Amino acid sequence: MLTEIATKPNSYREAYTALQASKAGDHPSWLRHLRENAFARFEELGFPSVKDEEWKYTNVAAIAKAAFLPDVSEAVSRSETGAGEPAKFGSPETLASQLIFVNGKLRTDLSSVAGLPSSVVAIALSQAIGDERYAEIVRSNLARHADFVANGFTALNTGFISEGAFIHIPRGITVDQPIQIAFIADGEHLSAASFPRVLVVGEENSSATLVETYSSTGDSAYFTNAVVEIVLKEGARLEHYKVQRESQSAFHIATTQADLGPNSSYDSTTITFGAQLSRHDYVVTMDHEGVECWVDGLYLVTADQHTDTHSVIDHRKPHCTSHQLYKGILDGKSRAVFNGKVFVRHDAQKTDAMQTNKNLLLSNEARVDTKPQLEILADDVKCAHGAAVGQIDEEELFYLATRGIHPDLARNLLTYGFAEEVIGKIKVESIRAELDEAVLNRLNARLEA
Amino acid sequence: MLEIKDLHAGIDGNEILKGINLTIKKGEIHAIMGPNGSGKSTLAKVLAGHPSYEVTKGEVLFEGKNLLELAPDERAREGVFMAFQYPIEVPGVSNAQFLRLAYNEKRKHLGEEELDPLEFKDLLKERAKVVEMDASFMSRSVNEGFSGGEKKRNEILQMAVLEPKLAVLDETDSGLDIDALRIVAGGVNQLHTPENAVILVTHYQRLLDYIVPQFVHVLAHGRIVKEGGKELALELEAKGYDWIKTAADAGAVTIPAS
Repeated sequence: MLTEIATKPNSYREAYTALQASKAGDHPSWLRHLRENAFARFEELGFPSVKDEEWKYTNVAAIAKAAFLPDVSEAVSRSETGAGEPAKFGSPETLASQLIFVNGKLRTDLSSVAGLPSSVVAIALSQAIGDERYAEIVRSNLARHADFVANGFTALNTGFISEGAFIHIPRGITVDQPIQIAFIADGEHLSAASFPRVLVVGEENSSATLVETYSSTGDSAYFTNAVVEIVLKEGARLEHYKVQRESQSAFHIATTQADLGPNSSYDSTTITFGAQLSRHDYVVTMDHEGVECWVDGLYLVTADQHTDTHSVIDHRKPHCTSHQLYKGILDGKSRAVFNGKVFVRHDAQKTDAMQTNKNLLLSNEARVDTKPQLEILADDVKCAHGAAVGQIDEEELFYLATRGIHPDLARNLLTYGFAEEVIGKIKVESIRAELDEAVLNRLNARLEA
Repeated sequence: MLEIKDLHAGIDGNEILKGINLTIKKGEIHAIMGPNGSGKSTLAKVLAGHPSYEVTKGEVLFEGKNLLELAPDERAREGVFMAFQYPIEVPGVSNAQFLRLAYNEKRKHLGEEELDPLEFKDLLKERAKVVEMDASFMSRSVNEGFSGGEKKRNEILQMAVLEPKLAVLDETDSGLDIDALRIVAGGVNQLHTPENAVILVTHYQRLLDYIVPQFVHVLAHGRIVKEGGKELALELEAKGYDWIKTAADAGAVTIPAS
């Protein structure tokens, strides 16, 4: 898996060395060792190559070539952008339950968690590591779920762990207001790499909603490499929305790993609109009985955007249910990759797994490579999967036309409806409304083009 | 209102309509009957402008305008409506959104101001009474998960909102139980005025017990082979279509000039 670009990681070594040398007192030895192991692994693996089966359709050579520089200084971005305007970056529902990161650094002036129950923790990861109340729970979970041995990007992120968020929902606590973690790339001439790291732990019978967003104020080419680890204990519930609206020139690579405890419930919706190139590795592991999860998503790409979703839904124990609906809308010369693996292991009897990937092509030049994969080792299970790639249906267009709706408008309405099946399930009103509008704007821009 | 002159049309090179002549005046209700394959649904689709059908000869004037030159959406905005035999499902778009969009497209065409969602909601609530539909249908996706009867009622609701001058109802009675048939027919009767016209395309006489036409036209092999008043429908019900087909094949049925 080593390729010619694997020599490039040296550009990250300097930053890595600086990070390990800085703020020495704040870094417990376990974290230093973790970074050391992970960075060493990154140097071994390098960036993946298209010769790697898992990266066959997604070429990340541009990320290596660009040599994005991570900012490991302690200084918080002092750009005045957004100062005093927390509403600009968060959502109305999360004004008192949001952590806002600008160019990878937590902006306390834009963040507030005053609206959360006092027992709920939502703080910077670095703060959690240094706080003896949380140090142990962080140490016992961080990088214990998202595997950095196999994935070079996860290894790179882990080698740079410092900025990010720690969310802890204590036992039995229900948090009504959604908690938002927003990563904003601010500036016109960014060429930075940022390594957001998020750890969410939902204790027994807790319940919460997480909104994870990535956005940009300009059109810079920058590199986000995020890793999110989610741990749900027995009976815990989490609704998780990820909205990726990076700049159209950016690179967004992310791993989400969810480890789900007995009888827990995890409902996730991932919306992908942004980035020139994006890749999301999503791993949901059910190593306990009675789990139910939804792993849904929508990607909407245009022009020369490329998006790749690789998901693994791993049924390891009996009586778990998984639902996956991923939909894609592709325009221009865009390209999408969907690779969805559902594993039903030997012990996972009475599994109920459903997986669907549907793609709507709006142009003749767009292309999608879809590969739903079902591997079943248990014999008493209910599983189904399917994939579809199609265009707007002529009979549907005719039906709308007979109601006086112009074909252009009808196409937009049908495309909107296609997206709505995923967007419509978002329960945070402002996020849903914003996405609805974004879909319509994209479609209208298409008409005007 | 509508004048069809020597209309020939087909699909994929097969001629299905072989010279239809029909004149419809405002205030009238016409029934087009005929056996399967006679061309009655084709006639409905050609009037609505289905892109798969090709008109090879003849003309259709709607209020003096050449209907065949207009795109389907333009025909609709001019006041032609077709209720589908198999209404299409539109996932992700609510009935209310869809109806408001269609309604406002028509308003724009007429140079009238568009209605905002709240104003439209009131109008929709009023019109929904015509087919006894409750508010829960308005927030559901268009036709998605609707029963056969609900879909047909939804077609008539669209007609109630769009208030067409000419409504072509294609096999609206098919697949309806007696209660749904009564509601659908009741809706059409409420919407029929001296200013508009209705074409009922149907295989069975049953619908005509509820919506009474002044004129009945019988189609066979792409031609109108018999015309008469509402009694003709009863005669067909009693005798079936075979005698018509046989007679048409033998050329024994006179085709009345319209």
